[in-house]
Amino acid sequence: MAPENTPPPVTEFDAAEAKATIDEMMKAYPSKTAKKRAKQALVNDPETIPEIGANTRTIPGILTQRGCTYAGCRGVVIGPISDILHITHGPIGCGYYSWLTRRNQVRPYKDTDTNYIQYCMSTDMMEEQIIFGGEKKLAAAIREAYEIFHPKAISIYSTCPVGLIGDDVHSVARAAKEELGINVFAFSCEGYKGVSQSAGHHIANNGVFKHMIGKLDEADQGEFRINLLGEYNIGGDAWVIDELLRKCGITVTATLSGDVKYDQVCKAHTVDLNTVMCHRSINYMAEMMETKFGIPWIKVNFIGAEGTAKSLRKIAAFFQSKKLTDRVEEVIAQEMGELKPVLEAVKARVKGKTAALFVGGSRAHSYQHLFADMGMETIAAGYEFAHRDDYEGRSVIPTIKVDADTRNIEEITVEQDPVRFKARKTPEQLKALEDGGFTFKDYTGMMSEMKKNTLVIDDISHHEIEKLIELRHPDIICSGIKDKFIIEKMGVPCKQLHSYDYGGPYTGFKGAANFYLEIDRMLQTNVWKYAVPAWMKDKATDAA
Amino acid sequence: MRKVAIYGKGGIGKSTTTQNTVAGLVEAGRKVMVVGCDPKADSTRLLLGGLAQKSVLDTLRSEGEDVELEDIRKPGFCGSICVESGGPEPGVGCAGRGIITSINLLEQLGAYADSEALDYVFYDVLGDVVCGGFAMPIREGKAEEIYIVCSGEMMAMYAANNISKGILKFAQSGVVRLGGLICNSRKVDNEAEMVEAFAKKLGTQMIHFVPRDNMVQRAEINRKTVIEYDPTCNQANEYRTLAKAIEGNTNLVIPTPLSTDELEKTLMDYGLME
Repeated sequence: MAPENTPPPVTEFDAAEAKATIDEMMKAYPSKTAKKRAKQALVNDPETIPEIGANTRTIPGILTQRGCTYAGCRGVVIGPISDILHITHGPIGCGYYSWLTRRNQVRPYKDTDTNYIQYCMSTDMMEEQIIFGGEKKLAAAIREAYEIFHPKAISIYSTCPVGLIGDDVHSVARAAKEELGINVFAFSCEGYKGVSQSAGHHIANNGVFKHMIGKLDEADQGEFRINLLGEYNIGGDAWVIDELLRKCGITVTATLSGDVKYDQVCKAHTVDLNTVMCHRSINYMAEMMETKFGIPWIKVNFIGAEGTAKSLRKIAAFFQSKKLTDRVEEVIAQEMGELKPVLEAVKARVKGKTAALFVGGSRAHSYQHLFADMGMETIAAGYEFAHRDDYEGRSVIPTIKVDADTRNIEEITVEQDPVRFKARKTPEQLKALEDGGFTFKDYTGMMSEMKKNTLVIDDISHHEIEKLIELRHPDIICSGIKDKFIIEKMGVPCKQLHSYDYGGPYTGFKGAANFYLEIDRMLQTNVWKYAVPAWMKDKATDAA
Repeated sequence: MRKVAIYGKGGIGKSTTTQNTVAGLVEAGRKVMVVGCDPKADSTRLLLGGLAQKSVLDTLRSEGEDVELEDIRKPGFCGSICVESGGPEPGVGCAGRGIITSINLLEQLGAYADSEALDYVFYDVLGDVVCGGFAMPIREGKAEEIYIVCSGEMMAMYAANNISKGILKFAQSGVVRLGGLICNSRKVDNEAEMVEAFAKKLGTQMIHFVPRDNMVQRAEINRKTVIEYDPTCNQANEYRTLAKAIEGNTNLVIPTPLSTDELEKTLMDYGLME
């Protein structure tokens, strides 16, 4: 298709149309439900950002995208640490369905490196343990696993029944730690604990901080050392970023948590800067490390070419080194040069098309940058488990109401480490940074970057997705496995941003090229529009 | 076969009343199985002459799946059949789930089969209906007839009212009915009238007033039911009367539990009468 034939890009959205869409979505609900959902479905205004209802309980009966606390802890944040033995204490299903063989990738550095990611370990709790308690079986499982693998550390995760019957997983872990002489720790991350997997992220952050970070005082080689927090190496994302940073001369000590080793996590406190990708799942850790060790943190985004360039420049600016800044500019110029022809070719075909993103706690925001690169418009977006600060920006944090569900999660008090705390910048250096417009902890949320009168919908339901498709006809939707097939049945291509449908990586410049081509392919093939289900086929045609 | 469950506040005398009543029934020639649903496994002590029973759950643990009926039930006084569900140590696991498991096992092994020719099964259930597990006997029609042991003491009546709420919940969807209140006297003022009035408000009856008698204590120390220990004493007759009342009871109702205010008013009206 020639560029001049493409429709002019939509640059302004109609307020009345946006409101009508939301009203139509709410129509099917009983009044109480509609009232609650209406707080979570808004018409955006980036100038005066409205308050959104987020991180609240899903109303029973609504088909939600959300997962459980156990999944957030074991599956998302800690699971990808590759040389820890992860044991799920519970019935076998929880362990089986959190088996991370495809989503999070691991590449052993050497042939002799340990990699347990392909293993799925569970105490296989049965009725007997439910009745009489499962502590003995857990202790036996830890011992058995230790004898087979001799790991550096073992981590234990509680599933729902463990909390119901009151197994004390922490004392079992302490006893095992003493007996085996390795690090053993446990998480009270029972699935029912929070309103979504987000509670599990918080619990996991606390555990990683208490039981791993600061355990190994041995800094990596390298002049500019950072951690990459909230990057889970889906489809090899972390590898692309790692390679890019290395090219610039920046060393990543720990990627939490994607293809990372226990020792790297234990020495995460030796770096000079924490960079945060997924703000939602890991901001707790960044905050705690700053208080205890003096490591400042900044928000970065390696999704989208512009975002990647901006993030690289920001890291370079932090280190206040001309050498690094020059190198970063060199790398950006080179990578952009390679990317440009791909982008131009794709952009010519997809410019002006529309996307909607309902995923995660940061991806619905960060992936908008990739679409923006291509000249596509995001007409609606929402997170699955994010909190208000991820929508409205960190400035609202003091005004977020702490509800009973949040109080359920341990809040650990962190103090400055008497030995390891070290200010990373002198007051003069900080002043110079500030004068240059540099900001720390600078997440302004998704809504400030979305256009006026676009839709922002938290914890979207199947029904609302169907209405959105009917009324607004997005050309593509980015979502997850729970709604993928609903969307495709309605003729709209759906790109999973949890697992990438086995695609990826999509980070950095290399990843951006992959994403542009993938979206181009999905938009051009139109396969879902041509698929007619059997029950909709004309009977006469069938007979003929 | 009539399926009876005995509930009531902890320490009110459920196990004692159940076993003495069962003694009255078996003495009269009825075939009765008692299923103790208390992790302490002490619901059949008087019928067996001591804690001689290995519980269903202990047996299940040590024998695996190869459990036979004879491993888990013991003959007690006068041909009564005694089973203890058992359960975990205090503070661990889930006793409620244990009760569900053991009743299911009893069914699977044919303990309730027609060939057993049981006239009655009695479930002696721990304390209040605290959670789903302890409601097991009244759910799914395991027990169809409930008797609540109470006294004129306030907390006992509170508990009885609460248990009635549990029965109401399951009665609406199933077959369970309330058969009456058994007043196990604590010698509080105006006790019989008060419990009777309370029973009426619940839509049921006080099926028997069991007077307080030290004979019960004496029999218990000797690990016997009163009927076995001293068949001629007055208290033995009281339990026979209770057994007969249950045998002849046709007044099975869906209870109408009281609001807390109503319950307290009943207490004021009767308990403060001089």
